[in-house]
Amino acid sequence: MKAETEILVIGTNQPILETVLRLLNANEDWKATGVNTVEEVLQACALKEYQVLLLGAGLSPQEEVFLNDEVKVLLPDIHVIAHYGGGSGLLFAEIYLALGA
Amino acid sequence: MAQTVLHTAASRGGADHGWLKSAHTFSFAGYFNPERVQFGALRVLNDDTVDGGRGFGEHPHDNMEIISIPLSGSLLHKDSMGNEATIERGEIQAMSAGTGIYHTEYNKDKSQPVQFLQIWLFPNKRNVEPRYDQQKIETASKPNQLVQVLSPDPNDAGVWIHQDAWFNMGKLEKGTRVDYSFKKEGNGAYVFVLDGEIQINGQVLSGRDGFGIWDTAAFTIQADTDAEVLIMDVPMEIA
Repeated sequence: MKAETEILVIGTNQPILETVLRLLNANEDWKATGVNTVEEVLQACALKEYQVLLLGAGLSPQEEVFLNDEVKVLLPDIHVIAHYGGGSGLLFAEIYLALGA
Repeated sequence: MAQTVLHTAASRGGADHGWLKSAHTFSFAGYFNPERVQFGALRVLNDDTVDGGRGFGEHPHDNMEIISIPLSGSLLHKDSMGNEATIERGEIQAMSAGTGIYHTEYNKDKSQPVQFLQIWLFPNKRNVEPRYDQQKIETASKPNQLVQVLSPDPNDAGVWIHQDAWFNMGKLEKGTRVDYSFKKEGNGAYVFVLDGEIQINGQVLSGRDGFGIWDTAAFTIQADTDAEVLIMDVPMEIA
């Protein structure tokens, strides 16, 4: 049985975060988890091996750079990608490109 | 020497949802082609036809500059910023999604389809305050000219967005030649033929063909028939 791709999504806009999670989890090959803060990302990455970290809306540029650096210390193979568009249309292409599909 | 890329109308990804028929120039939703993801900052170019009275229910956007250009019919727009507007042929709408917005888009006419282009550009700054803008397009009163309909400058002609991009539209009569110079070094142009037949650098283009050109300062469009074009001048590198 093929292992699910674990995707961690951070976003401060809760309704949009929930939309993104719903769309990602509609794909049976992916398992997406959502968090709202930088601290929660680091805690999650210390406990589980995520393949993708999706940066949603609401983070400062400094937080995005910090997260990109820090999660790769915890999970060197993780793909950190910025999400654009709010869920509709681009999500699948962003994930497929990150995973080299 | 100029570099170019041709995307013929027939090579676009198709989606038929019954009430919505869409042709995707770049990967979108269920259409994924790793070689057709974007042209610089231009990420989405959807050629949509929506049945009468139907439309897109409430859905979110963030961190994207979203431009709608109706080609026939009219669209009813409502968003979470409190905007409610009708946009029709001869107008352009721009929305900076920034930190996040919700909106709906419906065909205002109950019996006739609406055709429109939905264009998404990556912003040059993430998490901006959401905003909405809508303006008339003056191509009808200026035949055989390129008319600017979008820029990065609120004080310049057309709507403005958070990206170093300029859009021009033109209705050209058969035999017309128009020159286009790039607005910024490092930008490329994606020319989308709305109607008719044109040539750029000897490449013949027909309705709904797309042609990207970059690494040059200018190019010339020659109209082989009466034609209508949209030129999207966008950064080829994005931050």
